[in-house]
Amino acid sequence: MSNTPRTPGVVPGRLDRDALSLNFGDLHPPLDDHEAMVAADRCYFCFDAPCVTACPTSIDIPLFIRQIQADNPGGAAKTIFEANILGGMCARVCPTEQLCEEACVREAAEGRPVQIGRLQRYATDTLMAAGVHPFTRAAPTGKRIAVVGAGPAGLACAHRLALHGHDVVMFDAKEKPGGLNEYGIASYKTVEGFAQAEVEWLMQIGGIELRTGQRLGHELTLDDLRGEYDAVFLGVGLAGVNALRTEGEEHAHVRDAVDFIGELRQSPDLTRMAVGRDVVVIGGGMTAVDAAVQSKLLGAESVTLVYRRGREAMSASSFEQDLAASKGVRIISGAAPVRLIGDAHVAGVEFAYTQDGPDGLRLSDETFTLKADQVLKAIGQHLDGVPGGLDLEGLKIAVQGPGRTSVPGVWAGGDCARGGDDLTVTAVKEGRDAAEDIHALLSRAGR
Amino acid sequence: MADLSTNFVGIKSPNPFWLASAPPTDKEYNVRRAFEAGWGGVVWKTLGEEGPPIVNVNGPRYGVIHGADRRVLGINNIELITDRPLQTNLDEMARVKRDFPDRALIASIMVPCEEHAWKAILPRVEDTGCDGIELNFGCPHGMSERGMGSAVGQVPEYIQMVAEWCKAYTYLPVIVKLTPNITDIRYPARAAKRGGADAVSLINTISSITSVNLDTMSPEPSIDGKGSHGGYCGPAVKPIALNMVAEIARDDETRGLPISGIGGVTTWRDAAEFLSLGAGSVQVCTAAMVYGFGIIKEMTAGLSDWMDEKGYTSVSKVTGRAVPNVTDWQYLNLNFVTKARIDQDLCIKCGRCYAACEDTSHQAIAINPGRVFEVKDDECVACNLCIDVCPVEDCITMERLAPGTVDPRTGRRVEANYANWTTHPNNPMSKAAE
Ligand SMILES: Cc1cc2nc3c(=O)[nH]c(=O)nc-3n(C[C@H](O)[C@H](O)[C@H](O)COP(=O)(O)OP(=O)(O)OC[C@H]3O[C@@H](n4cnc5c(N)ncnc54)[C@H](O)[C@@H]3O)c2cc1C
Ligand SMILES: Cc1cc2nc3c(=O)[nH]c(=O)nc-3n(C[C@H](O)[C@H](O)[C@H](O)COP(=O)(O)O)c2cc1C
Ligand code: SF4
Ligand code: SF4
Ligand code: SF4
Repeated sequence: MSNTPRTPGVVPGRLDRDALSLNFGDLHPPLDDHEAMVAADRCYFCFDAPCVTACPTSIDIPLFIRQIQADNPGGAAKTIFEANILGGMCARVCPTEQLCEEACVREAAEGRPVQIGRLQRYATDTLMAAGVHPFTRAAPTGKRIAVVGAGPAGLACAHRLALHGHDVVMFDAKEKPGGLNEYGIASYKTVEGFAQAEVEWLMQIGGIELRTGQRLGHELTLDDLRGEYDAVFLGVGLAGVNALRTEGEEHAHVRDAVDFIGELRQSPDLTRMAVGRDVVVIGGGMTAVDAAVQSKLLGAESVTLVYRRGREAMSASSFEQDLAASKGVRIISGAAPVRLIGDAHVAGVEFAYTQDGPDGLRLSDETFTLKADQVLKAIGQHLDGVPGGLDLEGLKIAVQGPGRTSVPGVWAGGDCARGGDDLTVTAVKEGRDAAEDIHALLSRAGR
Repeated sequence: MADLSTNFVGIKSPNPFWLASAPPTDKEYNVRRAFEAGWGGVVWKTLGEEGPPIVNVNGPRYGVIHGADRRVLGINNIELITDRPLQTNLDEMARVKRDFPDRALIASIMVPCEEHAWKAILPRVEDTGCDGIELNFGCPHGMSERGMGSAVGQVPEYIQMVAEWCKAYTYLPVIVKLTPNITDIRYPARAAKRGGADAVSLINTISSITSVNLDTMSPEPSIDGKGSHGGYCGPAVKPIALNMVAEIARDDETRGLPISGIGGVTTWRDAAEFLSLGAGSVQVCTAAMVYGFGIIKEMTAGLSDWMDEKGYTSVSKVTGRAVPNVTDWQYLNLNFVTKARIDQDLCIKCGRCYAACEDTSHQAIAINPGRVFEVKDDECVACNLCIDVCPVEDCITMERLAPGTVDPRTGRRVEANYANWTTHPNNPMSKAAE
């Protein structure tokens, strides 16, 4: 191994294979049986439990934890999957510290919530490891539905529709299904190919045909889909990436964080994944943190995350921020880039401190420059390539109730649709609820 | 999917889980909510005779025993039977039964030990459309001092007599609810059977004082500085209840008598255990009182999943499965020789096993350098205490010595054949031929 964290430029192999596999191992290793029993014992089985209210998919948390207590983890998994078919992924990626665990009464009592996320993983892992798919399809209805996008929203929608006996064709522009589960979520949250394994497990319900390499706007048009299918669900996520619009953005080694993460997620061998010596990440969300942390884990010598507003305004949770800090990422808040410096390659970024004033954020005169041989931009994604005719609201597809768009027969959910946080679990809820609405409507029409 | 539906002496319910006669079944409002949550049946809070209703204390009626983390292990109560007018209860029962025809509704009754009292109430109970009656011969407090409840349940002749009256005056199935406050549960059970009862249910609560307030020197629950013994229930009483159920299930006289198992049922597993020891249905009180009606979902799902896993297609296939394995001590195999084994990978080196064995058992655990705890086979009598006190599941296990090997403790070869006390040479009454 010739490269080290101090090798200049954007190069692979800064760390050896062992160090990398240690770094990219499971962030929260699964609970073993004993740990699960002890963790489950702490749940009070609250009435009208606040944790359930805080879960976007309303999983019956007290019930599934009680089932773990009662030595029935498989039954617990069923309880979870009934509400959230991607309960396995959500157990790994949900920011529980802002959702169920924040609401847990034992967070209030002792500052130490019941470990809901890890118990959820314990239960779902048990059933999935046994290869059991706990649902059977209803009798075929003969209705056909197109689901565009095989991310969490599309998968949840497709599964629920298939469960009700409808035939689903699920299209995705990419080669592999899973959406950001496959291409976006940090490696250490979903190790060992879990995203694909989960899709395969989910498809065991039957009645879902997956067609990859099919992009709406290219191979497919909404009009054709509407003509051919009884209903259409759009779960296309946010395919566009926001630009910095800053001088020097065109320099080499300035890249979108989502692309960097996507490449990393698809990399069969992390010793071949290149990363800079001095990495600067611009942004303050989950993507920024994930890009920064993973750069550091790949062996970058210094990684700095710069966010234009105060730390409290960062959409990455305090848990995520602490994780970044613990991995050695430096976080600077209240500064925005004014210029990317360099010749052929980027060499540094000049920032100005910001001031929050009555007319928004202003750049101050005080500037500083960070050395950078790689810059990752993570200042947000936007809707891209959405067919005309759909009303938009705040740059997303406008929806009413359970995902009804302005076009009859077309539903939307997940990141591409207005409303809800951009989270895996929210996408699952919206996909599921749209499916129930489609099912209700088609059943009524079919009578 | 296993079929949980149950036909218990002609009383049908979609699952074997009934709420026991107690506060959860005290009125229409609760019972409707219970049925909506999924309970298979209810035994209505015990009805008394016509007349001025019973009065309850107006201060605390429950005492409690907590485990770690304030987990409720047992509750005791000094509550009496229903304190609402008889007709109100009967009207409500009729309405509930009409709206939930598929659920079991059983009337629990406690009236004085006089034929006319039973004769008077039974037709009125029948009019509600309920599916059966349960005779409350159980409550250990308050009512017993008035010659009812456990005062009747402790006298087998009375049980038989009242059961006979009930069989004579109603067509409904008659379940006799037994009190555990008696030395040998088989006597009242036999009496119930002789009286023609269709089934027995057990246990009712156990006479108890949960604690004493050391400042006021009053037993809890304290009513103005005084306390009275109450009835104990909840997980703490399950072992007592299981044994009593098993005793009835394997008694020559009462074998086959249908049993509704009660006492500490909290999860599906408890229920499965009662069923395996001969119960055809189970009743739940404390668990519902502690956690609410929502626990039924865990119970039905858990029982169904377990039955699927084991291939039991219906509840009746589970009932009594373990009964043949309940035997008397003298028939246990004395050639079954085991030793405790500590899994060093799981051991967290707390030393509880050592303290227990060294101080109170057989000095059979060695503490080696580095706090490595090891069982000394030449001392271990396989008492199980270390396993019971170890905080880690399955860290210590019992391993059987293969026949032919020498037990280092006794120096004797382990025999392959079964041999029990009745044939043991040390037994003066030994029936051994040689
Ligand atoms: C880097 C990163 C990290 C994240 N980490 C977390 C996390 O830890 N926890 C969490 O809860 N959330 C996290 N999120 C957010 C979460 O991933 C998303 O909210 C979630 O994936 C949204 O699901 P979706 O189904 O709406 O969209 P996506 O997951 O984006 O899926 C959309 C799918 O549609 C396909 N598609 C797009 N356009 C077209 C088209 N025109 N035609 C056909 N198919 C198309 C795409 O290929 C993709 O498969 C993260 C997001 C990012 C970017
Ligand atoms: C507060 C309270 C009141 C009870 N009242 C009655 C009653 O009126 N009639 C009766 O037969 N049993 C009564 N019981 C006993 C229960 O029906 C049941 O037999 C007992 O609690 C054991 O079951 P458990 O461990 O599930 O609670 C009462 C129990 C409690 C806790
Ligand atoms: S809030 Fe916490 S203690 Fe209460 S049910 Fe939820 S996980 Fe259990
Ligand atoms: S449980 Fe209800 S009735 Fe009983 S003491 Fe508390 S508030 Fe009063
Ligand atoms: S009690 Fe269990 S964990 Fe503790 S030392 Fe003994 S074997 Fe080890």
